[in-house]
Amino acid sequence: MTPRGRRRTGMVRPYTPAEGHAAPTRRSLDLATILIADRDMPLHGLSPHAYRVMEHCLPGALSVAEVSADLQLPGAVTKVLAAHLVDSGHLIARNPAPAAQKHDRALLERILNALQQL
Amino acid sequence: MHSNSSDGHYLDAGVTPVKLVVMGPFAVGKTTFVGAVSEIKPASTEERLTQAGELVDDLRGLEDKDTTTVAHDFGRLTLTEDIVLYLFGTPGQPRFAAMIEDLMYGALGGVVLVDTRRVAESWDAMERLEEAGLAYVLAVNEFPNSPKYTEAELRTALDLDPWTPLVMCDVRKRESAKAVLIALVSHLLSRSSLEPAS
Repeated sequence: MTPRGRRRTGMVRPYTPAEGHAAPTRRSLDLATILIADRDMPLHGLSPHAYRVMEHCLPGALSVAEVSADLQLPGAVTKVLAAHLVDSGHLIARNPAPAAQKHDRALLERILNALQQL
Repeated sequence: MHSNSSDGHYLDAGVTPVKLVVMGPFAVGKTTFVGAVSEIKPASTEERLTQAGELVDDLRGLEDKDTTTVAHDFGRLTLTEDIVLYLFGTPGQPRFAAMIEDLMYGALGGVVLVDTRRVAESWDAMERLEEAGLAYVLAVNEFPNSPKYTEAELRTALDLDPWTPLVMCDVRKRESAKAVLIALVSHLLSRSSLEPAS
């Protein structure tokens, strides 16, 4: 494919940071998924981008969206990197309270009370 | 960018995220709304029109970049020691449907912002949410020069279901934006008492 002068310096194909993986390994990773790093997992052997994600997650829990914005990686790429780090045991993922829990009154009541007290 | 680990934007490992979407037409005040209630400086994450599985053909469509990427603005609000709310602002245009579907997946509900000078531009967002089966509230962002209508007039113009709440707000004000979120969660609760648990 011949670039037509629109290709900016520093632009990389999305699958390059994602180590050739084009799709997340799990459908379930969401922009609001909380990522928690396992501090006991070795970081050597990780690709530079996966290393950056781990390094960013080590101090505490963050959402996929925050990691994406902080590291200036597209959301889809961040999901791919995170999904592989979940598979390898480096990250634990906690998904948003799913649609099935829409009817969880206790959760909604807690959210409502918290909002009213803010 | 807040990539500095000392700025306190990290969360406790025990939190469960909940997600809401904030939708509406261009320049209706989505980012301002998210910023008004967010405890972090609103950030944005870029999404491409192509789905993750199609990223191998990443340069396709770049000629018309405006239609291939969209930024989701987001903010965060820690509600309790174990619940953190994420708000995602996203355009409602049909050409972003795939991305928005992804964003709506797992959301508790939505806020649709309305500008009374162009009420019909909020229809796309309402339709997206209805198709996804998500409950929402309409929040009329009162711009200084916007025409004033009665609630009945707005409900007719929006072709709104009688049970969907319509609230007035000033998206720049935290209390006002918070009242919209309270209206939404109250609405979700009333819905949950009407429908059998699945």
